[in-house]
Amino acid sequence: MQFASFVSTRLGKALLVMLGVVVINFFLIRLAPGDPAMVMAGESGAGDAAFVQNLRQQFGLDQPQLVQLGLYLKGVASLDLGFSYRNHVPVLELILDRLPATLLLMAAAFVISIVVGVALGALAARTRYRGRHRWLDGVIMTSAMVLYATPLFWLSLLAIIVFSVLLGWLPAFGMENVMAGLSGWARIADIAQHLVLPACSLAVFFIAVYARLTRAAMLEVMGMDFVRTARAKGVPAGRVLRVHILRNALLPVVTFAGVQLGQLAGGALLTETVFSWPGIGRLMFDALLQRDYQLLLGIFLVTSAMVVGFNLMADLLHRFLDPRIGSGAAAGAPG
Amino acid sequence: MKAFLKRFARNPGAVIGLVLFTIVVVLALCASLLYPNSPWMMAGKPMLLPFAHPRFPMGTDMLGRDLLSGLVHGARVSLMVGLAATGAALGFGVLLGAVAGYAGGWIDDVLMAVTEFFQTIPQLVMAVLVVAILSPTLPSVIAAIALVSWPPVARLVRTEFLSLREREFVQAAVVIGQSPARIVFSQILPNAMSPIIVMGSFMLATAILTEAALSFLGLGDRNYMSWGFMIGAARSVIRQSWWLSIGPGLAILLTVLSINLIGEGLNDALNPHLRKRGE
Repeated sequence: MQFASFVSTRLGKALLVMLGVVVINFFLIRLAPGDPAMVMAGESGAGDAAFVQNLRQQFGLDQPQLVQLGLYLKGVASLDLGFSYRNHVPVLELILDRLPATLLLMAAAFVISIVVGVALGALAARTRYRGRHRWLDGVIMTSAMVLYATPLFWLSLLAIIVFSVLLGWLPAFGMENVMAGLSGWARIADIAQHLVLPACSLAVFFIAVYARLTRAAMLEVMGMDFVRTARAKGVPAGRVLRVHILRNALLPVVTFAGVQLGQLAGGALLTETVFSWPGIGRLMFDALLQRDYQLLLGIFLVTSAMVVGFNLMADLLHRFLDPRIGSGAAAGAPG
Repeated sequence: MKAFLKRFARNPGAVIGLVLFTIVVVLALCASLLYPNSPWMMAGKPMLLPFAHPRFPMGTDMLGRDLLSGLVHGARVSLMVGLAATGAALGFGVLLGAVAGYAGGWIDDVLMAVTEFFQTIPQLVMAVLVVAILSPTLPSVIAAIALVSWPPVARLVRTEFLSLREREFVQAAVVIGQSPARIVFSQILPNAMSPIIVMGSFMLATAILTEAALSFLGLGDRNYMSWGFMIGAARSVIRQSWWLSIGPGLAILLTVLSINLIGEGLNDALNPHLRKRGE
């Protein structure tokens, strides 16, 4: 019963956020030079007055603003995100076509960053706990500090320069070698090979974030009474670290991972642009070049929906991991 | 103040950061003296290698533009946009957080819902959208960055206000009949200043990274040379001349790193109690 109310509150919140995004979209397009009909006419390449007037009528732009907002909301609710006159395809179709590539990239980067970041953070905290190899802590934290300040798109370029141009180990552009006409496992291996550089470049920033977070959370837990008790009753150090400290320190990391997903989506935009990865980010870059506003708005809507969905999942996972958390705001988030 | 400076100077990272940042600021201020000509102009032969010509220590790009001149002028744009956006975001965030924290009740609920909304949506995507629609000019870039970076400040200020509001000196001010505005600005805000300053420094670093990302995507103001644009331009010739992107990339990295180091130093120096607990 309590769980049901928790889920419904969260769902309601998610819906509200999406409503907000739609309203923002509605007003943003009105900030563009000319009215939406002019924009659309410009995009389709035909500019005569009769055509524009026709468009105005067709999209209800001659109605009062509030009615227009209602019409727009109704359209989005029925999954009509508009039409991309540049590509002569409905916006939703364009985006859905690119969605799997982005999800693959984000999932790979997310897994890499969580695993490597938590491992590095735990390693750094371990040197503190045991009082040995303090230099390792210094190395890990300094690298994290530097990586934290590195522009993602520049790091991606460096990765291309080193691993693709100079060493020639990995492909730099695209998602698969279409010309080779591979299928089955050979195709999967090909995609995996193309995935290495973009996913790792995207992950690096978040590795730094999670390493710092894990270390800080572990150091905090280390000072708690139950850890002292565990040590006092003779639990081996390795076990205290893994079972008592790390497990309790992971909660804020999970919370934070959910919060970071919005940033991961933004990072994917840059990574995809650099690596010509055929996902939503690359689509957005192309839409920018073509000033395809309908497509840009649609992409904002879909990436927001993606992030909201991920946040919802993280909330549920968090609740599952820590049943103490009520339906209130996620506790335990680091300050 | 003296104790604060002492604590700050004891942190080697913070001092290194301050030195680096000072160099960047001085270069940015002297950009027009060092390179009076526009960094967009052709200055020499295209594609000169670094160190190949004494006049162009960092070489030239595919259009013969002097890379070092671009770097120095780019520092100006990075700092200007970063400072302006951070200032705007701080102002708005403090105002909103102060109102929410001081007023409480439904005003607090509504303002925090708005804050959470802006924190949830993908910030870079939103910034890109705003600049694309408003057309890429310096003011719209600043506005877009400010628009996506105020929420953490609002939350921080609200939390500070919620706890400070209950303190005795604030209640005393209420009792002697000071106006709410006066209480906020003369009693509460000065006491919440240190965490705001620390957060402001980290926001400046993020703002500079966001500006670089925007101009890398071609959304920078074309009247001003910027580091992100230089990297974006280098991308198209990455196979022939890969060194073009190294300089501007390092410039961004060092600037952002120096600000983060200063921020950590400020954090340690302003909150000595926290440091003891964290270490």
